[in-house]
Amino acid sequence: MAELQLKSARFRAEREADWRRLETLLTRAQGGRAAKLRPQELLEIPVLYRQALSSLSVARSISLDRSLVDYLEGLAARAYFVVYGTRTRPFERMGRFFVHDWPMAVRSLWRETLVGALIGAVAAVVAYILVRQDSDWFYGFMPQAMAGGRDPTASTAFLRGTLYGEGGHGAKEGLELLATFLFTHNAQISLFAFALGFALCLPTAALLAYNGATLGAFLALFAERGLAFQATGWLMIHGVTELFAVTLAGSAGLSIGWAVSFPGERSRVEAAAHAGRRGALVMAGVVVMLFVAALLEGFARQLITSDGARYAIAATSGVLWAAYFYWPRRSRPE
Amino acid sequence: MRAALANWRARWSGRVPPPPGPRPFVTPEGVDLRLAVGLYTDRMSAFILDALIIIGLLIAISLLAMFGAWGFHRGSIGTEGALVIWLLGAFLLRNFYFIGFELRPGAATPGKRALGLRVIARDGGRLTADAVFARNAMRELEIFLPASFFLARGMGVDAGLIALGAIWSGVFVVFPLFNRDRLRLGDLAAGTMVIKVPKTTLRPELVQEGPATVRGVAFSEAQIDAYGIKELHVLEQVLRTGDRRTLAEVARRIRTKIAWDGPMDVTDRAFLSSYYAALRGRLESRALFGHRRQDKFDRV
Repeated sequence: MAELQLKSARFRAEREADWRRLETLLTRAQGGRAAKLRPQELLEIPVLYRQALSSLSVARSISLDRSLVDYLEGLAARAYFVVYGTRTRPFERMGRFFVHDWPMAVRSLWRETLVGALIGAVAAVVAYILVRQDSDWFYGFMPQAMAGGRDPTASTAFLRGTLYGEGGHGAKEGLELLATFLFTHNAQISLFAFALGFALCLPTAALLAYNGATLGAFLALFAERGLAFQATGWLMIHGVTELFAVTLAGSAGLSIGWAVSFPGERSRVEAAAHAGRRGALVMAGVVVMLFVAALLEGFARQLITSDGARYAIAATSGVLWAAYFYWPRRSRPE
Repeated sequence: MRAALANWRARWSGRVPPPPGPRPFVTPEGVDLRLAVGLYTDRMSAFILDALIIIGLLIAISLLAMFGAWGFHRGSIGTEGALVIWLLGAFLLRNFYFIGFELRPGAATPGKRALGLRVIARDGGRLTADAVFARNAMRELEIFLPASFFLARGMGVDAGLIALGAIWSGVFVVFPLFNRDRLRLGDLAAGTMVIKVPKTTLRPELVQEGPATVRGVAFSEAQIDAYGIKELHVLEQVLRTGDRRTLAEVARRIRTKIAWDGPMDVTDRAFLSSYYAALRGRLESRALFGHRRQDKFDRV
């Protein structure tokens, strides 16, 4: 066999069986049946993967058979995906998320959270003062559809009625729909607030300010009729959770925008990626918070009509969230 | 001034990203895998496929709920039930369909899988759950924001404002076309990229295959030295494709070029195979001694 005098052909003949073996193992692992590989076979993959890598390096330098080099590149890449692929067990991951990752991510965003809360609060105060001075301002802050008849022309009795589920969408049989609608609507708004942060913070800040202004205008309307205390209870039973969630979403967005504008020592793209991943952690939690808020808003608010109980729930939820996020604890290594 | 302009133009034309070909991608072991970046059109098609699957699922769930309600108490689920399904279902599916599938070992949604794409971490490390979440949360901005501008018609918003919003948000849709790795905003924020999964088929070794050593077919050193690596690869391609007419044409040219004076009764294929074996052997042994002859113009 004069042909096998070629070193590259001999090289291939000697190793081909290993490559084929790796190929079959990969096909089985990638078919979503990784569990069916025996432990022995699982251990084989990394070894064969490193062999394929070294074969690739050798083939690149000694073989001029292009199809062989292409094959080894593809094989090594596929093995790489398996060896370095996602290896997260969903439940373990979820546990770590709630115990550790989420509170840590929220806590590391405390500066942005403060700024976001401040923007919302200032907007609320401004809107409150404006509406108290001239009730026509109310229409500037609140779209007609969202107000649901609660505007300066409404009677005090009607406004009182909306607080205690005697009118508006207080009818008790529609609660599931209401909760669902509120949840998806709020979740979408907060995902927007997060994603818009990329555009250098400004749209996120605008969204937070608008959110705050609506709140201020709403409170001013009720305060004018001497219903401030009751309206606050009506709002805060879920509002503590919801406003906190929206502020966190905004702060995650702000952190991305900030990283893009002022990347510091990292490159802009790297800084954005870092802030993006941390923000995404916060956002995953925000969706959970909004789910809780929607349950409170859709069910608890309509079913509990005593002011005291509403304030108690609001205060409890506030204390619980704050303790969960900011209670000092040891940071656990990865 | 003119020089500055020309300079700028040259720089600008240099900055236009090339079409995605192999991209250097170094594994933790230090070997470059040269991965192919996923094409923009492929990714578009994959997304459309996924969107169709989601809509199909929603319709299926609604139908099931309708039949279920009818079966239990001979009633309908009513508009309210249908709304709950569509509002909550659309939100959950939209957000967790992508995340769920990309967290699986294949790191691809069914649409991506159909087009042979997958998600990887750009830095060569493991693809984390956070990265997958981040790249999909950004989709809200890239796809659903422009879409909501188009659906916002008739809500009392100025038409001009809608048009401006659509254009502004439309920028994100074409964003991947303006960078080398075809990163969309979500990829940028998550440190991921989408690549084409390489195919792995090991073609037979050409040097062993067929009657490579036809009696009487031998080449002199000068004849073998007529070509370099580039021509060898073209010859490999020709032999593997095996088109009769191309084989004849290539054999004719090589015979002319090397002034072939051996037996003329060997078939074109046998002739080319033996020449390929001889040329590869020669080039490989020279490469071992440190000289890779790139093409036929490369003289030592």
